[in-house]
Amino acid sequence: MGQGVLGATTLSVKAATKQYGDFHALKDCSLDVRAKTIVSIVGPSGCGKTTLLWAMSGLNPLTSGEVILDGTPITRPRPEVGLVFQEANLLPWRNLMDNILFPFEIKGQKPDRAWIDHLLERVSLKGFEKSFPNELSGGMQQRASIVRALSLQPSVLLMDEPFGALDAFTREEMNQLVEEIWLETKTTIVFITHSIEEALFLSDQVVVLTPRPGRVLNIYDVPFERPRTLEIMSSKAVFDLTNRIKADIYSQHTARRAAAE
Amino acid sequence: MSKDVVGGKVGKGLQSLSTFGSGTTRLEVFAIIATAVIVIGGLELALRWFEVPLYILPPPSAIVKGLIKDFPLILPHLGHTLVVLLSGFAIGAGVGMFLAALITQFPFAEKIIAPYILILVTTPMLALVPLLILRFGFGYEPRIIAVALASGPMVMINSATGFRRVDANKIALARSYGASTLQIFWKVRAPMALPMILVGLMIGAIFGLLTAVGSEMVGGGFGLGNRLTTYSSMIRMPEFFGVVLILSFLGILIYVIFFLIGKKWASWET
Ligand SMILES: Nc1ncnc2c1ncn2[C@@H]1O[C@H](COP(=O)(O)OP(=O)(O)O)[C@@H](O)[C@H]1O
Ligand SMILES: [Mg+2]
Repeated sequence: MGQGVLGATTLSVKAATKQYGDFHALKDCSLDVRAKTIVSIVGPSGCGKTTLLWAMSGLNPLTSGEVILDGTPITRPRPEVGLVFQEANLLPWRNLMDNILFPFEIKGQKPDRAWIDHLLERVSLKGFEKSFPNELSGGMQQRASIVRALSLQPSVLLMDEPFGALDAFTREEMNQLVEEIWLETKTTIVFITHSIEEALFLSDQVVVLTPRPGRVLNIYDVPFERPRTLEIMSSKAVFDLTNRIKADIYSQHTARRAAAE
Repeated sequence: MSKDVVGGKVGKGLQSLSTFGSGTTRLEVFAIIATAVIVIGGLELALRWFEVPLYILPPPSAIVKGLIKDFPLILPHLGHTLVVLLSGFAIGAGVGMFLAALITQFPFAEKIIAPYILILVTTPMLALVPLLILRFGFGYEPRIIAVALASGPMVMINSATGFRRVDANKIALARSYGASTLQIFWKVRAPMALPMILVGLMIGAIFGLLTAVGSEMVGGGFGLGNRLTTYSSMIRMPEFFGVVLILSFLGILIYVIFFLIGKKWASWET
């Protein structure tokens, strides 16, 4: 399998199908995620992005098909896979530090304090350990949830529209943070978003998903160097890629409208 | 969506519980004390001025005097009432919380049981006391059972509302770290339910107090309720109102205790 320049396939989705009754949330989705890369999944609401990600995390089993991580099928949550939810999903009755320690409590495992401290420093949350979620801004909450996911040092990080609820500026900051964290840890990341800009800024590959049934329409390589400067991001190449992905999504809109008539 | 609405309601419930005593300025404290002095003092003066007989409404000074004079006699009865209230409430609240936690795991069973719980909540358990006395005599048992029956369903119905507030994402979070059903219960469901459980415990305790005093009035020779019937039959109104004063103090104490617990453990809700 894809033993290319970017390294071996680590996470592989094979003919994933998920049915809710007669409804196909996913149908025959296949994609490979290579180690130490960032792959984004874009697509309109309801096209099965969350369903696909939860299947990758082992939270929600597929109707048929499989997800394979480093050679073994994923059938239930695995410690080497971290998950960041759509909203920060912090437990409101715990302060920030206790939220970060939550996974360790569940696993009965001793937390690596030095690593957690380093992560907190990294996302500028030092000094907020005792704060409760309702005292933190949306961006801070989402940063805390990223620290929580990274605290267990996963080899794969799954992120489900993590910055969807944030304002545009905070969102750009967060994108840079993810890039920095990736440059430091080289964690394999699967990143769901509905922002093409965000996908192109972060990813090595962009997977376009289309709805009803959820299918992989196209996969684009994004071969730009990192860190991705404003210059790269405003280049003709990025502009062209943006348009091609937009065309993919719009073609689906028109196809669906035509089918409806 | 609906989850937010429920959360909002609970939040508001706790908020209205906590408006009392939160963020009071010195001026407000002064106004509160001044009002109390005027009301109590005014009552005292008015009752004396119009020469209202003691057996209709004794003035505050007479009530306090009567209370102090008879306090050594009243004290053991207060103890009896507290024993009835605390043991009945402990049993009722424990069973109520347990059943709520259990039943919300099985929505189907919950639907079947719900009407019976509603009947238990809405029927005044005092009605059962004469029957319980026939069966258990004039001791502690019928009273404790009545208190448990009065407070338990209240605790249960509110706790169940709390346990039903499941947030699929928070449970998925725990599951993603391999949490067991038991861990999910103790680390996600229970803390999430806590604000509603506290509301239930408070209402349950107040209902328990009502039922304890009521059942003491129905039969048996001890307890604050018994004091009320005794003093009123002897037309010793200052002492009678003295006991009423103790009862309001107990009610306020229950409120304050749960208010403080809520402030410490459930303040994240507001
Ligand atoms: N538990 C479920 N039962 C029935 N339908 C579901 C369930 N979960 C998701 N779906 C449906 O599957 C489709 C894909 O959902 P989802 O994966 O959440 O989409 P996305 O994350 O791309 O917005 C949607 O149409 C949604 O209504
Ligand atoms: Mg989604």
